[in-house]
Amino acid sequence: MLVAGGTVVDQGGSRRADVLVKGEVVAEVGEGRALRAPAGADVLDASGCVVAPGLVDLHAHLREPGAEEAESIETGARAAALGGYTAVVAMPNTSPPADSAAVVRQVLQLAKGASCDVRPAGTITLGREGRVLSPMAELAALGVTLFTDDGTGVQDPGLMRRAMEYASVLGGVIADHCEDAYLVGAGVVNEGAVSSALGLPGRPAVAEEVMVLRDLALARLTGARLHLLHLSAAASVAAVRAATASGVQVTAEATPHHLALTQEWLAGYSTAFKVNPPLRTSADMMALRQGLSDGTIDVIATDHAPHPPEAKETSMCEAAPGMVGLETALAVSMTVLLDPPGSLSSPGRDNEAGQEHWTGLPLERLLAAMSWLPAKIAGLSALHGGPVAPGAPANLCVVDPARKWVVRPEKLASRSHNTPFAGQELTGKVRHTLLAGEPVVVAEEAQR
Amino acid sequence: MSGRHLLGVGDLGAEGIGEVLRLAETFEEVGRRPIPRVPALRGKTVVSTFFEESTRTRLSFELAAKRLSADLSTFSSASSSLKKGESLRDTVLTIEAMGVDAFVVRHACAGVPAQVAGWLSGEASVVNAGDGAHEHPTQALLDCYTLVRERRARFGAEPQRPLALAGLHVAIVGDIRHSRVARSCLLAFSALGASVTLVAPPTLLPPALEGWPVEVSHDLDALLPKCDVVYLLRLQNERMEGQFLPSPREYTATYGLTAERARLLGPSALVMHPGPVRRGVELAAEVADGPASLVTSQVASGVAVRMAVLYLLLGSGALVGA
Repeated sequence: MLVAGGTVVDQGGSRRADVLVKGEVVAEVGEGRALRAPAGADVLDASGCVVAPGLVDLHAHLREPGAEEAESIETGARAAALGGYTAVVAMPNTSPPADSAAVVRQVLQLAKGASCDVRPAGTITLGREGRVLSPMAELAALGVTLFTDDGTGVQDPGLMRRAMEYASVLGGVIADHCEDAYLVGAGVVNEGAVSSALGLPGRPAVAEEVMVLRDLALARLTGARLHLLHLSAAASVAAVRAATASGVQVTAEATPHHLALTQEWLAGYSTAFKVNPPLRTSADMMALRQGLSDGTIDVIATDHAPHPPEAKETSMCEAAPGMVGLETALAVSMTVLLDPPGSLSSPGRDNEAGQEHWTGLPLERLLAAMSWLPAKIAGLSALHGGPVAPGAPANLCVVDPARKWVVRPEKLASRSHNTPFAGQELTGKVRHTLLAGEPVVVAEEAQR
Repeated sequence: MSGRHLLGVGDLGAEGIGEVLRLAETFEEVGRRPIPRVPALRGKTVVSTFFEESTRTRLSFELAAKRLSADLSTFSSASSSLKKGESLRDTVLTIEAMGVDAFVVRHACAGVPAQVAGWLSGEASVVNAGDGAHEHPTQALLDCYTLVRERRARFGAEPQRPLALAGLHVAIVGDIRHSRVARSCLLAFSALGASVTLVAPPTLLPPALEGWPVEVSHDLDALLPKCDVVYLLRLQNERMEGQFLPSPREYTATYGLTAERARLLGPSALVMHPGPVRRGVELAAEVADGPASLVTSQVASGVAVRMAVLYLLLGSGALVGA
């Protein structure tokens, strides 16, 4: 198969090149010259497109087993492929949770034949109850590289310390959802002007900051690798920046929704915007972008959180937190982060005011944050995240950076349609996705 | 009132509030008749949908609907509909499908009346009867009505239009943070020209007050001599034991309107409370029952004000017989 007419962008930089794929691997990269398709080979049109290593998501809730009404591994992986992902780390807060070899094996089994590589994460504690360590060595032996109780954080600092110590020799990473449950209370939106005006209980930014500071101190103590999930607050970014400078082994992610949206979107009590941690102020949003720009935040991860309509069509207090993201993550990120930056239609002045100071990110940095850096964190670099070079596995994402499209929730391949970007015009769309040499998305259509 | 719904005091403005107050006066007269009923909303169907328990507000709305000759149905569910597998939206649309002109909505979570208004496919109106810690607009309207009426009756104070409370200094005291009444009242009082001071310990104030038309004080004693109106909020049980306050005793000592503290008030100062009063906690019994208290008068205004609201939202014909 020949991927023809595109511009390859990977950790080696950017160059106009056709890519010839044979079997599961890249056979040839025709830098600066057109390659000819061998007789009988398919040609994928990549003209005007960026040909990048397939994207890697560290944070997707695929809901299977247990909540198949929201998503399955099959539908979630299809959504991922349409979004340009070739590998997705499946969060372990399923029912039952991935706290045993049996569930991890089940997820791996279900993932066979899926539209992308699905890598189960394991829990840190049994039942995600924060009391007893899960069998991390046994899970690691099955290939689990990321351990998290995501959905909630590990509240007990003594237990978190032991988890880090225990995991430090397993080659994995401890990933924490940083929110202190006591400070969060019953909060549903960011604490501040918007929560006060709406009369909704607030989740303060300091609940995240306190947990981030605790985890950083414990990572320093234990020497463990720490990954901080979906950071949302400016103070957290500052804390990570300082810790990184002092040698703590920490990586961090931010989500497209926290990089693109602010608390002002909650003004109409739309549950589509309810998420944990909550959308915060434009100052927080800009601090996340700055963190991404200077490398304090390594990764853009989706926190893809599908929910069926009935879980969202209720009060703000009862509505399930979270939003789908796999099919929109790259486009949202390209739309709001790339140089020159575009913008979404916006609910308020505050949102616009903050964005004036954003100068934009180079495409290479964006792709690093969505492909090779997450691949490295999840221990998948041998298979995913490039570089696009002869002999490398042909996990590729071909994206048209100029293609404008409007998000229609009902058109999403995910089983759930709870996107906060409904009706938004985005710039940038995945045209083709290749998984181990096989085109799983062709001309914006899923093939599996 | 210009809109189809009453979701918050902000929907009204000074003119809208004035319109409700003038109409409430007419309806109060109806309430004194031997047969206190007008056919103004004959053929209209009002459903009171209370997802949170309430006795007084529901009764008051239901009496108002009946006195306007509307057909009234009641939906009451303290438990979450989600637990039964039906979404809140499904519940609302099911009721709408039965043919309803107005939903009177109360919910423990802020925003539900606005969500209901967004879900409806037809022309039905939504009246917010209290949503979480957001708003309780009819309570604020009846408080404005009571205040204007009592000031006229007691001091011959004719209200200016549209700023019927111009020049008054109102202190709202207590658990502002969790109070929908406080939010609606401060918006309504200040819309009518009053200056509002919130008095509470920091734990019982909203986390951010930027942009609110209020001052904040933590010293009730210093404020009382300057107040024309002291509006006390009910201290909920769950706030008294726990982390917001050390004890009800300490609250009363610091922020309660005790008999002793009430002596700091000027001779024409008035005392209000949305009820039910916790006697001896936020308000001493002798003050609640004393001459400065408007507590009973507030309750009495509720039906007429809610008649006015329902009529303005639903009424199409003239006020026959009124």
